[in-house]
Amino acid sequence: MTARTIWRKSLNALMLSITGICALVTVSTLFLILGFLVWNGARSLHWTFFTNLPAPTGEIGGGIANAILGSAKLLLVAASIGIPIGLIGAIYLAEYAGAKWAFFIRYAADLMNGVPSIVIGIFAYTIVVVSMHHFSALAGGFALGIMMIPVILRSCEEFLKAVPRSLREGAMALGASKWRTILTVVVPAASGGIITAILLALARVAGETAPLLFTAFGNQFWSSGFNQPTAALPVVIYNYAMSSYEDLHQQAWAAGLVLLGLVLVTNLLTRMVLGRQTAQGR
Amino acid sequence: MKKPLLIVSLCLGIAGLVAAQGGTVQLQAAGATFPAPIYTKWFDAYKKINPKIEVNYQPIGSGGGIRQLIAKTVDFGASDGPMTDDQLKQAPFKILHFPTVLGAAVPSYNIDGVNTPLKFTGKALAGIFLGSINKWNDPEITKANPGVKFPAEDIVVIHRSDGSGTTYIWTDFLSKVSPEWKAKTGGPNTAINWPTGLGGAKSEGVAGLLKQTPNSIGYIELTYAIQNGILYGDVQNSAGNFVKATLASVSEAAAGAAKDMPDDFRVSITNAPGKNAYPISSFTWLLVPAQIQDTGKREILKGFLNWMLKDGQGYCEGLAYAKLPPPVVAKEAKAISLIQ
Amino acid sequence: MATLSTTAGPVRQISRSRALLNLLRDGDELAHAVTLTFGASILVITFLLIYELWIHSTLSRQKFGFSFFFTSTWDPNFGQFGSWPFIYGTLVTTAISLIIAVPLGIGAAIFLSELAPPKLSRGLSFVIDLLAAVPSVIYGLLAVFTLVPLMRHTIEPFLKRNLGFLPLFKGPAYGVGFLTAGIVLAVMIVPYIISVSREVLLAVPQDQREASLGLGATRWETTWKVVVSYAGAGIMGSVFLSMARALGETMAVTMVIGNQPKVAASLLSPGYSIASVIANEFAEATADLHLSALTELGLVLLALTLVLNGMARVLIIMTARKGSGVAQ
Repeated sequence: MTARTIWRKSLNALMLSITGICALVTVSTLFLILGFLVWNGARSLHWTFFTNLPAPTGEIGGGIANAILGSAKLLLVAASIGIPIGLIGAIYLAEYAGAKWAFFIRYAADLMNGVPSIVIGIFAYTIVVVSMHHFSALAGGFALGIMMIPVILRSCEEFLKAVPRSLREGAMALGASKWRTILTVVVPAASGGIITAILLALARVAGETAPLLFTAFGNQFWSSGFNQPTAALPVVIYNYAMSSYEDLHQQAWAAGLVLLGLVLVTNLLTRMVLGRQTAQGR
Repeated sequence: MKKPLLIVSLCLGIAGLVAAQGGTVQLQAAGATFPAPIYTKWFDAYKKINPKIEVNYQPIGSGGGIRQLIAKTVDFGASDGPMTDDQLKQAPFKILHFPTVLGAAVPSYNIDGVNTPLKFTGKALAGIFLGSINKWNDPEITKANPGVKFPAEDIVVIHRSDGSGTTYIWTDFLSKVSPEWKAKTGGPNTAINWPTGLGGAKSEGVAGLLKQTPNSIGYIELTYAIQNGILYGDVQNSAGNFVKATLASVSEAAAGAAKDMPDDFRVSITNAPGKNAYPISSFTWLLVPAQIQDTGKREILKGFLNWMLKDGQGYCEGLAYAKLPPPVVAKEAKAISLIQ
Repeated sequence: MATLSTTAGPVRQISRSRALLNLLRDGDELAHAVTLTFGASILVITFLLIYELWIHSTLSRQKFGFSFFFTSTWDPNFGQFGSWPFIYGTLVTTAISLIIAVPLGIGAAIFLSELAPPKLSRGLSFVIDLLAAVPSVIYGLLAVFTLVPLMRHTIEPFLKRNLGFLPLFKGPAYGVGFLTAGIVLAVMIVPYIISVSREVLLAVPQDQREASLGLGATRWETTWKVVVSYAGAGIMGSVFLSMARALGETMAVTMVIGNQPKVAASLLSPGYSIASVIANEFAEATADLHLSALTELGLVLLALTLVLNGMARVLIIMTARKGSGVAQ
């Protein structure tokens, strides 16, 4: 073996191990994150943390009850904007695709997907908050809903397209009109994928903070209905982390653990289900 | 899988609407972080007395309080920097100022090896925040603190990154004691172009940075320094004495203004005359629209202001704020009737 | 297969009401219109977004013009607003994040696509996709309490001791600053680089690899010289995608960048990014000009991310076309 060959072989071994290390480092980051959150946050996870309202500045014993409900409300509003537009738009792209409109809609959705979340916050502020003259869960939900649309649109389009042509043709052969086919055959066939897409989109916007800063605003108490400012889990984490009180830092860790837990569990379950579905579909 | 999702969403929707506790009125307010400890305490206590009244106070900084009030997204605002004539003109409606408590902005620091209260001259503070004094063992600082061992380290300046009334008070004081400061930064304002330093968001952000950053100095309200266990220094006042921020020294700073309080209550008491007056004291104000259409909200606000002037003042000393001087209270009680 | 038409037969002199009834019963035209409306609303929203940003930044655009991009003074008190420190901060932190994340990400992607057995590859990709789902504020939370003290007490002093002669590492070790923000961003964008690069690498035809190995190349040589260069455009695409993501990142950066609008050569210096200044100052800009300047910053950020995203997509599509071999 020449020296050159030895060099090439050693380089081979070295570089391949380096790539392995890269993968290891990246993967272990997730476990590090989880580890830190559990280590620091688990201590504060007691019953009152989930049922108390925030305490006055400087006092201990507050909780995140209103933040959890607030986030739920925001997601509800976001879903009622994101799901109809995303899903029905996806149906259009998958089933009625005439070249012209479809191209522009896809392009616009990709643009929307790339807009930084803080800019969406500015947009929601000027459109909703200023016109309504107050901050509200509606404004926050509006911002989050816009962020959901492109995500749902693209994935649902793929799932709808993946429904085999034979199903469509069979329905039409039985005399169903196109819309009937879509409603009763195509969409149900793709329903597994559609639901996972929706859940993933929800999990993604559940953790968004920036667009809520000047739309949902925040609330020390319960917010009634959807027309009042509301506390939200990610905003609470941000405020408490940046504060100087040790008690609030503790709460930030615990709230972070709750948020991450919800997001990761949603992702885990949906991806697992999706994986099984696509495997069956083949 | 669709049905459970539907049911869950419906339940959440209902829950959200049900959380509209029947008959509770919630007022929206935003503004200064300077008095946030006592405001949030007040609104919490007020709710216990009047369960149907909630005031959602969001401490986003005085700048935010002014902005959101002008934009009419909140029912009233709060600021430690009184609104300027320009800002009042810019507002589409008349705004009244109501002083609530007296507080102090203190120079807080976290210096390696220093565990005692320090003395700062106005010149030292101006130099530090201008960046012209950048080491802790600078003579301007050491000569006022004989016997203290300062490290030969860089000073890390910490200021507010958001629009802040505390910044207003601080820059107001610095502008009065340092013409160089005033020329370079333009006079008191809630947000300026800081020559140097790190920015922390809200009083809490500055306090947090102070605690974590060695050899740092920043300005925060007295309550935050006490609650967070951060050391703060004495400041030299106009009479030449180094005064610590206490309830007494802050009240003394307000004594002169109390006698000559202008009708709109906008007054600056930094660098006030008085042997033991603390030079970086200030009133903090609630900004209330002079005209409130909604009768219910109007009565609630007036009711709260009256409570604040009497029972509310009782909470001050426990949280290291000084009470309003009696002449100011009397004048304010009359001014409440201006709210139509 | 011909689509069945439900309105078959001669349809001349059909009355208006009959036609409407046919329409409703038929439903297809209606469905088409409805779905098109929902889809088109996306166009409306996008247009409205750009329009609103444009309108609300008019004051600032008219006052400062192009000098907005080159001036460094951000002075609310004097009414002078220049965006250069924020553009600089955004670019520097993004650059740092790319320098760290690109080698790391491509290395990991190579491992996952070329070396790892399929099951391990899928499993690890799954975990990495989960990393991409972690909310930004959680990264910020971790950074504030774990990374910043680490930077302040260990890493930055180390850099100053050993590399302090470079202007890159001068100044006090604050713990917060460009470098810290860059590191946090790197952790956040690595999953995107890995997942897209892995897809692109897997799409390279197997015969390319076999040809190379057949000629006696080692696996590394094959990977680096053949596979990666074949997929080069796609990998570049993933880099642009991550760049766009890093540019717009708000919360994690705001929590560790130091919030000082400063243009400094030192990576240890505190700085500011476009997204951070908007997040900090938007809700409280009292002067109209200040608000308008912040909106203009938002417009700048939008433009940057849109351009980068566009370039990314073009590159990724180019690679997909190349790899498939059949014209799509």
